[in-house]
Amino acid sequence: MDHLIGALVGAPLLGAAVLLLGGRRLDRIGHWVGTLLAAVSFALGVALFADMLSKDTGRRTFTSHLFTWVPVDSFRADVGFQLDQLSMTFVLLITGVGTLIHIYSIGYMAHDERRRRFFGYLNLFLAAMLLLVLANNYLLLYVGWEGVGLASYLLIGFWQHKPSAATAAKKAFIVNRVGDVGLSIAIMLLFTTFNSFSFSPVFGAVRDASGGRLTAIGLLLLLAACGKSAQVPLQSWLGDAMEGPTPVSALIHAATMVTAGVYLVTRSGAIFNASATAQLAVCVVGAVTLIFGAIVGCAKDDIKKALAGSTMSQIGYMMLAAGLGPVGYVFAIMHLVTHGFFKAGLFLGAGSVMHGMNDEVDMRKFGGLRGYMPVTFITFGLGYLAIIGFPGLSGFWTKDKIIEAAFAKGGGEGWVLGVVALIGAGVTAFYMTRVMLMTFFGEKRWQPDAQGHQPHPHESPKSMTVPMIILAFGSVFAGGLFSLNSSFLHWLEPVTGYSEGHSPLTAWQVSVATFVVLVVGAGLAWQQYGRKPVPAVAPRGSVLTRAARRDLLQDDFNHVVLVRGGEHLTRTLVHLDHSLVDGAVNGTAAGVGGVSARLRKVQNGFVRSYAVSMLGGAAVLVAATLLMRGI
Amino acid sequence: MNPVYYLYLAALLFTIGAAGVLVRKNAIIVFMCVELMLNACNLAFVTFSRLHGNLDGQIIAFFTMVVAAAEVVVGLAIIVTFFRSRHSASVDDADLMKL
Amino acid sequence: MSGFTFPLLTVTAAVPAIGAIATAAVPAARRTAAKWLALAFSVATLALAAVVTGRFSPGGARYQLTESHAWIRDFGVRYELGVDGIAVVLILLTAVLVPFVMLAGWHDADPLEGPVPNRRWRPTNGFFALILAVEAMVVISFEATDVFLFYIFFEAMLVPMYFLIGGFGDRAGATGDDAEEQDARQRTYAAVKFLLYNLVGGLIMLAAVIGLYAVTARQLGTGTFSLPEILRARADGRLHFSTSSERWIFLGFFFAFAVKAPLWPLHTWLPNAMTEATAPVAVLITAVVDKVGTFAMLRYCLQLFPEASKWATPVIAVLAVIGILYGALLAVGQRDIKRLIAYASISHFGFIILGIFAMTSQAQSGATLYMVNHGISTAALLLVAGFLITRRGSRRIADFGGVQKVAPVLAGTFLIGGLATLSLPGLAPFVSEFLVLVGTFTRYPVLGILATVGIVLAALYVLVLYQRTMTGPVKAGIEGMKDLKVRELLVVAPLIALLLFLGVYPKPLTDVINPAVKDTLSDVHRTDPAPQINAVAKETAK
Repeated sequence: MDHLIGALVGAPLLGAAVLLLGGRRLDRIGHWVGTLLAAVSFALGVALFADMLSKDTGRRTFTSHLFTWVPVDSFRADVGFQLDQLSMTFVLLITGVGTLIHIYSIGYMAHDERRRRFFGYLNLFLAAMLLLVLANNYLLLYVGWEGVGLASYLLIGFWQHKPSAATAAKKAFIVNRVGDVGLSIAIMLLFTTFNSFSFSPVFGAVRDASGGRLTAIGLLLLLAACGKSAQVPLQSWLGDAMEGPTPVSALIHAATMVTAGVYLVTRSGAIFNASATAQLAVCVVGAVTLIFGAIVGCAKDDIKKALAGSTMSQIGYMMLAAGLGPVGYVFAIMHLVTHGFFKAGLFLGAGSVMHGMNDEVDMRKFGGLRGYMPVTFITFGLGYLAIIGFPGLSGFWTKDKIIEAAFAKGGGEGWVLGVVALIGAGVTAFYMTRVMLMTFFGEKRWQPDAQGHQPHPHESPKSMTVPMIILAFGSVFAGGLFSLNSSFLHWLEPVTGYSEGHSPLTAWQVSVATFVVLVVGAGLAWQQYGRKPVPAVAPRGSVLTRAARRDLLQDDFNHVVLVRGGEHLTRTLVHLDHSLVDGAVNGTAAGVGGVSARLRKVQNGFVRSYAVSMLGGAAVLVAATLLMRGI
Repeated sequence: MNPVYYLYLAALLFTIGAAGVLVRKNAIIVFMCVELMLNACNLAFVTFSRLHGNLDGQIIAFFTMVVAAAEVVVGLAIIVTFFRSRHSASVDDADLMKL
Repeated sequence: MSGFTFPLLTVTAAVPAIGAIATAAVPAARRTAAKWLALAFSVATLALAAVVTGRFSPGGARYQLTESHAWIRDFGVRYELGVDGIAVVLILLTAVLVPFVMLAGWHDADPLEGPVPNRRWRPTNGFFALILAVEAMVVISFEATDVFLFYIFFEAMLVPMYFLIGGFGDRAGATGDDAEEQDARQRTYAAVKFLLYNLVGGLIMLAAVIGLYAVTARQLGTGTFSLPEILRARADGRLHFSTSSERWIFLGFFFAFAVKAPLWPLHTWLPNAMTEATAPVAVLITAVVDKVGTFAMLRYCLQLFPEASKWATPVIAVLAVIGILYGALLAVGQRDIKRLIAYASISHFGFIILGIFAMTSQAQSGATLYMVNHGISTAALLLVAGFLITRRGSRRIADFGGVQKVAPVLAGTFLIGGLATLSLPGLAPFVSEFLVLVGTFTRYPVLGILATVGIVLAALYVLVLYQRTMTGPVKAGIEGMKDLKVRELLVVAPLIALLLFLGVYPKPLTDVINPAVKDTLSDVHRTDPAPQINAVAKETAK
């Protein structure tokens, strides 16, 4: 079975190659080819999963070495795969949710003339993400890592004729590249420390390495994770990334891309476990982001951007959990999986709403849609209940565990992290209830679009609703299923390790507290948006609201400090290059030119003056000869 | 008679020739002065030949004469052509090569 | 040696030289014939280069396929050829690129059309003959193992390059009524600047070459320029450079190579030359001719003057890192497509030089691989940019916009070229760039980290360029733009295929390069810094 691992990556890669090189001939069947190959990859994943389940717990790591990639002396990078329970979880999530999103896109992109290319990019995205989670060394992981960046660049900027989309795509790639610097330096540091950057030798030797180096590696990996997972301070690209078609948002937010950072931290658990500083940094980043994202989510009127804020916040939960060490890894991944279901469902639902509303995204122009799109409403509603952690649904099982684990960190830190996570849960309930109420309840605030077409909301075609229904099932049952007999815990424990923390609060105390903040948050939202009519034009709002609408001024900061500063720097350098570096050379040239212009005057064209100089020259020569003789 | 006096004479002739080249404008006269300088050199060669008691200098003098003859042929042709186009034999008018 | 051995290296260099003469001899009116003849000769050179590569056995003798004949006996100058792994891959690169350069520039030397009559003399046969001449000289520079022989061709290649830059422009740099005059003026300026910069470098190198001869003549009795001979004599202890003379001679050599490479702050000729020349000629400059400079650093500076090289390393490495960041920052600020690519190249040359002087096996193998990969990736990007510029008749970035809408294949290939330039993993330049960075990091962590910042800037200038030219609404003057023609696709597609192949499987090249790098490193008595823990050994022990 081991050699199938390569095929897992190969299938979508083949799809991408065929679709992108195939040209217009494939326009009519392109989407089917893309979906089929994604499904093939999923089927392979399931087959490998079945095979893995049939093995003993200790022998569930499959490896496959394809070829040596870069051999230079002791530097050896292989193209080799490692499929263990952690990778397996990701493989199933990526290919499963990915395939559903492919199916959804068939309907969603039906009217786009470049649909074939879109599916090519989607396949490329899956291939890159699979490579990322299957690599057995950091350099190959880096290939997938940047491949994901490339695919997201292509997809976010898919509607390239829109300048905003092109800018958003570029921004996503460049912000990600900043994170990539962290990963590349981490790999270099791994190489100088361990003489290797493959997982198994490195993790085997962590005990012998010096603590300072491990902390440095951990912080660099965290930087990388911040870029890909849109964590503070590299979160600014995520909101703009909504410029892409909605299925792309679903793919980026649920199954791929943003989960990569959590994967990286969990995969490198051995390194983080050895450095308390790095772990704390991960926790802090997670905690800050979960609040940051939640606040931004509260203020956005664009349905996709509100969901984007929510993603940021939920990933913050996962990072927080991953930073807790063995107490949290399993729950981070568990939340990641359930989040994959409900966030994909929410985005696909949002896409379905937009589909019916002439691509309108402003929630203030929605309202009362529940009767017009019942399937969308129910699936979106179930996703909503799952994400806020309504008891019994997926989010409840996973988020409560993270909050519990945060308290279990112990001491002041534990209380701070726990309370932050708890507040985050309340805010989540607030903004998600707000989205729900503004979209599906209240009066109709529909307005004609720019071309003057009045919206006629209607339910989306089957190809779009079926994936939403499947994801809704996941949103409802996945969490409970995972928690049954702690099955997910036992599944992942051999890879990530697990230790029970000592929480100052008992499990049911946390559950009650969470439920209380949930009710408070949702109630506040109902007070604001359910009982009162929603104004069609956004009110001015408080300072905080206005800041949150602008992503808490982070973009403004970037613009003033990085963009403007950078422009000044480059302009100054261009000027200096011209006037100083080149100027020195041109100055020399001008000097020589000036001297020769003077000398040229000697050539006055009179034969006799030339004769004088010849005579003078001859006299000098003779005199010199005589003098030399004399000496 | 001391042959060294011939050397003084050669130097004198050379100086007269050189001064003529430098101060006269007419190309023909300049040309004659050049011939004078060449012949001053010839005289010096022959004198040295006599002083050293070998024939080298006299042989070189013959070469010089041949060269001088060739030069006259080419030079006079140039001067005639120049005179035809410029209606002047002044060397100061030949400044077309000036930048 | 017994009997006659086929002088493969001489023939490889002679074929393009003969081709140059033959092409020049084709009557000026028969343009197409001249083009096909030149192309045939370049393909024949490629075949010969392939044979050289096939006959070369990695891990064998250091210099292989050697030829040696006395040339100027009085000065100990010999006609000595031989290749090591580094030279082999660079000869192959040159031979691969030249046919593509010719195909891409197929119409660059055609008579001018349009309202302006053909006022300037643009001989088609001359253009292609000059390209072949450059190829011949570059190939023999890579093959030479005699310093004097190398020097002659190192300098001589300036002559055809001068005419290629000054004689054939893309007529896209200026607008208005006197555009052609302006264009010609700028082109002449660029050509003269190129020539002067390189002549000054060459002159200083000549002094150093004479100095080298003086030292060998004094110590060995008879002076010699032969690299293997000098290396042998030094190994035997017959030859010993005093510290100061070694340093001075090293600096003389290095200066010439640093001008050619070019290293900051000796770089300003490159943007002018690359901008004013047509895109194929610009490829010839940056992908082929400049590589002689970096190659010579590896072969001559390091091998002849190991101690001086080590002495100068800190300064050179810092200059290289400055070059990386400076070139990238300036690329961000450019408004002209070709100038932008030129500054990007300056940044990349910084990486190559950094890799050479970091003196670790990863960095040097990476630097050598970088020379190859940079050649291919820049060729891909620049040639597509050339197609773009020819279509629009302008080099200004602001004149473009929305090209992907009307010419998607052109935009796609441009993007791939750009992604290779920003070293996206999966494409060839990534492997070499990462090797250079890792190798540098192991010895100079701070420089390694600073250089790594360059990858963010690379993403910035490439994507900004792509965004401004290719995306957004279609600009005026772009609407009717044609997509790539078959000839143009034939140029770009193989280059992209090569980029992909070498990105996924660079082993064929690294296998050839690694032994040569190992030899070079043992010349300078440098070993790789040891890792803190050898985790690999530990795991195998288990």
